[in-house]
Amino acid sequence: MRTEAGVANTMKKLILSLLACFALGGPAFAAGGGIAWDKFPKERVTDMAALQNGAKLFVNYCLNCHSASYMRYNRMRDIGLTEDQIKQNLVFTGVKVGDLMTNAIDPKEAKAWFGGQPPDLTLVARSRSAIGQGSGADYIYTYLRTYYRDETKATGWNNLAFPNVGMPHVLWELQGQQRAVFVEKTDPHDPGKKLHVFERFEPITPGKMSQKEYNDAVADLVAYLDWMSEPTQNQRVRLGVWVLIFLGVFTVIAWRLNAAFWKDVK
Amino acid sequence: MAEFKEAPADASALQKTTVWFENRFPTAFAEYKKHLSEYYAPKNFNVWYFFGSLAILVLVIQIVTGIFLVMHYKPDANLAFASVEYIMRDVPWGWLVRYMHSTGASAFFIVVYLHMFRGMIYGSYRKPRELVWIFGCMIFLCLMAEAFFGYLLPWGQMSYWGAQVIVNLFAAVPFVGPDLALLIRGDFVVGDATLNRFFSFHVIAVPLVLIGLVVAHLLALHDVGSNNPDGVEIKANKDPKTGIPLDGIPFHPYYTVHDIMGVGVFLMVFSAVVFFAPEMSGYFLEANNFIPADPLKTPLHIAPVWYFTPFYSMLRATTDVMVNVFVVVVALGGIVGVLMGKGKWKVIAAVAAAVAAVLLKTFDAKFWGVVVMGASVLIFFVLPWLDQSPVKSIRYRPTWHKYLYGVFVVYFFVLGYLGIQPPSAAGTLISQIGTIFYFGFFVLMPVWSRIGEFKRVPDRVVFHAH
Repeated sequence: MRTEAGVANTMKKLILSLLACFALGGPAFAAGGGIAWDKFPKERVTDMAALQNGAKLFVNYCLNCHSASYMRYNRMRDIGLTEDQIKQNLVFTGVKVGDLMTNAIDPKEAKAWFGGQPPDLTLVARSRSAIGQGSGADYIYTYLRTYYRDETKATGWNNLAFPNVGMPHVLWELQGQQRAVFVEKTDPHDPGKKLHVFERFEPITPGKMSQKEYNDAVADLVAYLDWMSEPTQNQRVRLGVWVLIFLGVFTVIAWRLNAAFWKDVK
Repeated sequence: MAEFKEAPADASALQKTTVWFENRFPTAFAEYKKHLSEYYAPKNFNVWYFFGSLAILVLVIQIVTGIFLVMHYKPDANLAFASVEYIMRDVPWGWLVRYMHSTGASAFFIVVYLHMFRGMIYGSYRKPRELVWIFGCMIFLCLMAEAFFGYLLPWGQMSYWGAQVIVNLFAAVPFVGPDLALLIRGDFVVGDATLNRFFSFHVIAVPLVLIGLVVAHLLALHDVGSNNPDGVEIKANKDPKTGIPLDGIPFHPYYTVHDIMGVGVFLMVFSAVVFFAPEMSGYFLEANNFIPADPLKTPLHIAPVWYFTPFYSMLRATTDVMVNVFVVVVALGGIVGVLMGKGKWKVIAAVAAAVAAVLLKTFDAKFWGVVVMGASVLIFFVLPWLDQSPVKSIRYRPTWHKYLYGVFVVYFFVLGYLGIQPPSAAGTLISQIGTIFYFGFFVLMPVWSRIGEFKRVPDRVVFHAH
């Protein structure tokens, strides 16, 4: 059976290299252009203080135009808030604490202002992930930090992660205003072509926050969005550890049971 | 009816109860013996033989989780997407049930592909197991239908546009195509009517057929007996006194404890996905499917879920150029038929090749793409008659046969990978080569499977005690 094992070995290698292709071949998916995404600090999704701060930012800055219509306000009990805290600090529209986080923006007006209805944000951290590029949280974390002034756009704003975005920079008071500096570079694949490549940001006016504070605030907001896209995710992982421990023990017992029976088979 | 039994006076309560039931329902006892305690399976099963029982396990997981999902899901175009999120958020343990079901769909295909591959390398479809194999192929078709119908139900963007693309394939059928597509959708675009009928097929029609076929698959298997990695018929060597195969062991308890061990390992892998990576990086749950279906917004790139992509690749590979290649292949086949055939077969080969070539050029390449995709699945049905090798198991075949199977597996993966990717010139070329290899592997099997130096098959199975 040596050759059989050899074939199995070769196949294992091939399968592994194919899996590597799956992981690396993704960038072909890059939808709508935009720069490579920064890594969102994923550990914040288990940080209650960060999630609460993110929730505050979300209801103050996002929920006016966007909705989160699959999410109930009182689900925020899971991030360490009481119903009273939620009612007093996070519910502005007079709805009940068990209601869904909808909003009252008129679709027609939204169309006139932004060119379309702002998308629902409940699942945005899941729907924006892209194979080979990163998670949806990576995308939003990059997106909310790469707004820059662009007078050629109707809103006066443009974005590196989402070129020609319809939404203006809602957090500009916090971040301040910046302009993007682009340089012309020769395309490494085609010397005849010039590429318009982003080089750096230059501040125009400072915001209320330093750059570090702003990055922190955005990370909190994205942590909230990520948590909201799947509020059970932390419970899921915690439970998963116990399930695997149980199955590990189960499998060992099954293995020994099997051996006990099979010792008779000659 | 069997004779009425009397329990001995000093029998225990359990024994008395058993006798009571045995007198009133002897079939249950006879079937238990036939299928478990006195079903003799070869003792040399290896790791490949876990996937049959695992397929049953996944079927049960899908049915049980499916029952609970139907309690909360709303098959209505306006409510479906929100009802899935309701299950994920508000239904107690709904998230777990849903992830088990979505992971189960992919797990089903992984397990079934491995199960089918086992059959291929050990010649488990060969005489007298042709019907076992054919029932299996029908199960595979049902599974594909089940997955396709089920994938529409979450009513996300990928659900919607995937269904739109696949149903439109039927529109490529000559003459009746557009009407056929309309009949399937029940509307001019995928809509509420489509969702309702797909729901009905997914939860009632297909599962009923599927379960019936699984029963037929098992009954036929237990009639002819299991094959094994050596491809040796264990029924050829029976104990002269008892009539029990010398290399056979009772399925229960030996393979039940064995399979429970397999279940443990499988559930660890399955749970790791369910609890730690339910999206499987976008391969099991696609990012686009977290956006509600929007008939006015076509996603940039529409791809089927991974388990359909090897076949989908072959559909996409069928371009106008590829159809010309098919014409050349058919012509070559015709010439070979004329040269090698005898008597009237010369004429039949020439006429068949000419008709095929004319048909290929008459209809659109899109239609032939659908034919190629269909044929790539249906070709498994005739495998028992394509394989003409003098031995069943790969173990006793010439070494180069093993490499051929290896290349087949590699191409299956490559085609699967390319089917996920957006179309590209290089990708199309590679998938065209893959398609030709795939069909060449099967169509030329009657020729190549006879060639080479075969090893002697032992009289008894090869078994090393554990």
